[in-house]
Amino acid sequence: MTSDPQKSPLSFQDLILTLQRYWGDQGCALLQPYDIEVGAGTLHPATVLRALGPRPWKAAYVQPSRRPGDGRYGENPNRLQHYYQFQVILKPNPDDLQALYLGSLEAIGIDPKLHDIRFVEDDWENPTVGAWGLGWEVWCDGMEVTQFTYFQGVGGIEVDVVSGELTYGLERLAMYVQGVDNVYDLRFNNDGLTYGEVFLENERQQSEANFHGYDVDGLKRRFEDMVAEVSRLLAMTGPQGQALVLPAYDQVLKASHLFNLMDARGAIAVAERQSYIGRIRDLCKACALAYVEQERNAA
Amino acid sequence: MPQLLLEILSEEIPARMQAQGARDLERMVGERLKAAGLTWDAMTAYAGPRRLTLVVEGLPAATPDRDEELKGPKTSAPDQAVEGFLRKTGLTRDALEERDGVLFARISQKGRETPQVVAETVDAVIRAFPWPKSMRWGSGTLRWVRPIKRILALFDGRVVPFAVDGIASAASSEAVSGLKSGDVTEGHRFLGSVAPFTVRDFADYRQKLEREFVLIDAADRRLRILEAAKAACAAKGLALVDDDGLLDEVAGLAEWPTPILGDMDPQFLDLPPEVVRLSMKVHQKYFAVRDPATHALAPHFVVVANVEASDGGKALAAGNSRVLSARLNDARFFWDEDRKAGNFDAWLKKLQGVTFHAKLGTMHDRVERIAALAREIAPLVGADPDEAYEAARLAKADLASGMVGEFPELQGVMGGYYAREPFPLEGGRAGLGVEASTTSAAPDVSNTERGSPAATPIPDPSPLQGEGRDRMADAIRDHYKPQGPADTVPTAPLTVAVALADKLDTLVGFFAIDEKPTGSKDPFALRRAALGVIRLVLENDVRARLRDLTATQADQYPRRLGDGDAAGAAEDIELLLFFADRLKVLLRDQGQRHDLVDAVFALGDDDLVRIVRRVEALGAFLATDDGANLLAGYKRASNILRAEARKGDIPEGMVETGLPGQPEAETTLAFAVAAARTAVDEALAREDFAAAMTALARLRAPVDAFFEEVLVNSDVPAERDNRLKLLGQVRAVMGQVADFGQIAG
Repeated sequence: MTSDPQKSPLSFQDLILTLQRYWGDQGCALLQPYDIEVGAGTLHPATVLRALGPRPWKAAYVQPSRRPGDGRYGENPNRLQHYYQFQVILKPNPDDLQALYLGSLEAIGIDPKLHDIRFVEDDWENPTVGAWGLGWEVWCDGMEVTQFTYFQGVGGIEVDVVSGELTYGLERLAMYVQGVDNVYDLRFNNDGLTYGEVFLENERQQSEANFHGYDVDGLKRRFEDMVAEVSRLLAMTGPQGQALVLPAYDQVLKASHLFNLMDARGAIAVAERQSYIGRIRDLCKACALAYVEQERNAA
Repeated sequence: MPQLLLEILSEEIPARMQAQGARDLERMVGERLKAAGLTWDAMTAYAGPRRLTLVVEGLPAATPDRDEELKGPKTSAPDQAVEGFLRKTGLTRDALEERDGVLFARISQKGRETPQVVAETVDAVIRAFPWPKSMRWGSGTLRWVRPIKRILALFDGRVVPFAVDGIASAASSEAVSGLKSGDVTEGHRFLGSVAPFTVRDFADYRQKLEREFVLIDAADRRLRILEAAKAACAAKGLALVDDDGLLDEVAGLAEWPTPILGDMDPQFLDLPPEVVRLSMKVHQKYFAVRDPATHALAPHFVVVANVEASDGGKALAAGNSRVLSARLNDARFFWDEDRKAGNFDAWLKKLQGVTFHAKLGTMHDRVERIAALAREIAPLVGADPDEAYEAARLAKADLASGMVGEFPELQGVMGGYYAREPFPLEGGRAGLGVEASTTSAAPDVSNTERGSPAATPIPDPSPLQGEGRDRMADAIRDHYKPQGPADTVPTAPLTVAVALADKLDTLVGFFAIDEKPTGSKDPFALRRAALGVIRLVLENDVRARLRDLTATQADQYPRRLGDGDAAGAAEDIELLLFFADRLKVLLRDQGQRHDLVDAVFALGDDDLVRIVRRVEALGAFLATDDGANLLAGYKRASNILRAEARKGDIPEGMVETGLPGQPEAETTLAFAVAAARTAVDEALAREDFAAAMTALARLRAPVDAFFEEVLVNSDVPAERDNRLKLLGQVRAVMGQVADFGQIAG
């Protein structure tokens, strides 16, 4: 691995492989992306649920983020409705988490003596899942490359043990490392393939569907179905008598994505917005409460 | 005398919290050391991105021995009192001495060693530290703004040993890893040795840290930034755009701040300079750079890095430049989108869905109220009523624009720019192509690069062109002014009308729903709004009664807000008193006596221009000999009348003259009062307050003579009655000018 990005900057996939190797070596379980659309890697149950309860946990994974409203038909060099985050969670956070993080930057070829790495206050909050934490956005030469958060609460519940969470914006980081101004020009691998060849058409089609394609009434119906499903599943019990938290949480994620689609379609009136977000938050909180109870009993 | 050095090293402290953090540390440690009986010569606290530092010079080695006698309750006092005294002294009943039926406690304590006090102090201070936001980390329970890494505590060169929640402070030789020692700190994250080191005292600490690329004093960091940034600009014939707020912030973001001049793509110079500067400042924390000859922005920026890069900052300047281009591209996108025809209409529609305040309706409701009031105010300030109505209706439209969504600070400024664009401001009137773009199910799509039908320019059929359009754009841009005591006051009549309407609506609305400022809390900036109204009125010489202005606005609100007319009237009075308070503050700041303001306000006038003129004339009058003496005469008359009023009703009515045996001073005063009354009436009708004061001045000699020569409380009831009537008239005629009873002196 070279430490000088000018000589041979990492391809997009090598960037991912390098981060995986690095965090794998720190004892993280390398998970795969969750198979439900989420707006942020944090929402993967490996982070948002595992942050609850007293049990230690270390994991890293790539997670595609879907943000239907951010689609730009492939015409904006910096904005995508589908992009990747690299997510690391360490619970409890190790004392030297900042140093570990800086080590990961060096591993992908960013020399902190040549570039300006800063920890700029940014208290993270995700109202739809009632999660909050204190931390920073990490800047590299003025660009935010990572969100660094010490989780303080999830689902409206204060955490038992603080998790350190790192969210790397993979495309941005790769653009920086490769010195590219347009995301579609990123070298995807070392065989001439570009990011655009992989994803441009997807952006075009998905943008059209997000903004004009989906049937609003259908989205609303499915949203209501998912909401009903969450309560139903939470009321059921599994073979060991536990609430069905994990499948219920899946339905919350689906409802949340449906909300984002409705929002992109312009189908959410300003006055309704808060009420939709409030419903998702309540469902999430119900899941978090059930989960934390299971975890505390298990510990 | 020994020195105490304390450092709390943590992960990065938010820049905006550092200065207060230093103040709190100094205050809290000071309070506790003082409570323990310690004194010192000097105490200084420093704050930086990763550390709070406190140095206390001249502490004694121990707290003073205590040997004193405390007087307690009487022996006959109830048990509770005695128990309280025992608790306070920490003694038992038989240890108390009894003398003359009173209990005494003899307290004799050896002084405690200062390090012991310091250890307890640091523990208590850390646990009670008032960070605006604090957090837990790992599995611990301690809270701090970010995780604490080390605590350095040295007293007289020796470690003060203690542990806070597992963070040990012990001599470095004893620490297992050497990482959490009490005399150890570390320097810059990336520069220097990047290894922990020990220090002996403050001088050693400061010097070694500087060698390790850390400036502990924010003032040093600011100076370093300013000097280097100016030098970098000057080297290229450029000038730095000063920004104290930004300087404070970046001084809190780097332990070794290193300004670097970077290049901005010149193609962005066609964006409004406000936009470029805010993009740089808000998103990137860059200083803007200008051409000293033209004062226009230059295509450069200054970034304050935290490292002295080995390549002289080339790579990081290039990186920052690329990030800035991406930011400015975003800004250009908003700028281009926002300048499309039909936007004002679409924005006004959007405001229907934006809540201004739950109890005060939507932004659209607010705009309608402001527009109606601006129309009413227009004639008073020399503006055209219809134009004022239109300007006010459009003044808030930019709140729904993309750029103001991104930079709320640019409210008004952007509206001013957009209103100068060559398309009809009101699509509704032009009627074309507008509905389609606003009723589309996906308004956000028009914000993509796909463009939208609204992009087609429509020729301007509106009569508002040229000067009229500029007037309106100026009013939209400036109607938030004045935003603070230092801000300028608009003078263009149209702008004044809209600016007044904007602030009056805020004040009347929040008073109606009982959201008045209390103490230091003024969440809706009502004091600023009231001061804005006062300055707009005074500096533009607007002649209007506040009561009329606020009542007009109160009518705009649905009745549900007030509980009928009675409640409305009460709000009215409260709001007027609120204005009076603000005026008092303003005049006091200008050097006027606040009691004079009270004296004039007591008359019930609410024409601010007239009030201020009256206060000024009154101030000038009281500064003269006549004024001061007449005031004394007034007080004497008042005192007599008040005393007599206690005995029975004060007689009123015609003062008789030419009575047998009537002293000359009495008749002279009677005639003087009658003459003064006529002269004061005339002067007040002309609002010539100086003349009214002159008329009163003529009363001085007769009043003085009267009190010298005449006994008011005559044994003859008719004489007494006549003289009391006369004093009553003196008071009344003076009372037309001001309530002299409110004036001190």
